Amino acid sequence: MTVLAAGLPAPEFTLATDGKPFTRSDLEGRTTILVFYPFAFSPVCTDQLGVYNELLGDFAEHGATLYGVSCDAVWSQQAFKQQLGVEIEQLSDFEPKGATCRAFGVLHPGGFPQRALVVIGPDAVVRWSYEAASPGDLPGANLLFDALDGHEP
Amino acid sequence: MGDLSSAPLPPVGPEDHVRGPEHGPVVIVYSDYECPFCAALELRLRDLPVRMVHRHFPVRSSHPRAFAAACAAEAAGRQGAFWPMHEALFADQSRLEDPHLWARAERLGLDVARFDADRRDDAVAARVTADFRGGVRAGVPTTPTLFHAGVRHAGRPDEAALANLIA
Repeated sequence: MTVLAAGLPAPEFTLATDGKPFTRSDLEGRTTILVFYPFAFSPVCTDQLGVYNELLGDFAEHGATLYGVSCDAVWSQQAFKQQLGVEIEQLSDFEPKGATCRAFGVLHPGGFPQRALVVIGPDAVVRWSYEAASPGDLPGANLLFDALDGHEP
Repeated sequence: MGDLSSAPLPPVGPEDHVRGPEHGPVVIVYSDYECPFCAALELRLRDLPVRMVHRHFPVRSSHPRAFAAACAAEAAGRQGAFWPMHEALFADQSRLEDPHLWARAERLGLDVARFDADRRDDAVAARVTADFRGGVRAGVPTTPTLFHAGVRHAGRPDEAALANLIA
């Protein structure tokens, strides 16, 4: 299973949030960045979301909205967000567990998302995607800006 | 727009803070004064004969005082005390509030009023932000990240990687 490649349309999906569900139709009309991460509160000292959080204004300037996606429950994600001190909106693939991750090709056999990035255009077509070779392989935010600027990283 | 896409690591220039033997191997470190792994790395690098370049990479969500601490180091730098402040910040990461920064400035014999004005100066903040953005463009994903001989080591370097710096 590998992450959905550029040029493919985003699948139908539903992710839970602390408000109304987030679905494929929410992708239309704007650029979306989905950041799949393995677990809320996992004891990995990564600042991946923290670094992206510093750059939310820059993503917005590029017309893009960035979301974190994991298989954790909404409440766990909200607590995680609060603990991290980030403003990044969280999308939960908790029930049916991993269905969206599977549809995007990022579900690990262990039942959690691989660390992956997916940039989706306003036409709901994947513009660029990236899957980390190993959980410790952290993608820099520069890759996202390369994708947003339309040149291949 | 577009100024955060991939770019080479900014070359070492006159604006950079550089420490260590002139002909030692150059190690460029992106770090954050509130990051415990950065403090540990700082101690290891201090003992190695490397030409170390410090660049700021404060991540405010995990480390709410990191940006203020980076500005304090820059402000001390305006009085010729960048490295003493750098070391003083890493030496006590649990004390990074304003009064703690003033106390450090005083202990280092700085003009505290000037230090306090300088650390709030827009140019100082811009300098710290420029380091951060240059790091993002060069692919820095976390702290600490070091560059040596054109190779990126993201996260805590292991002993083998450190030994390799001076091999």
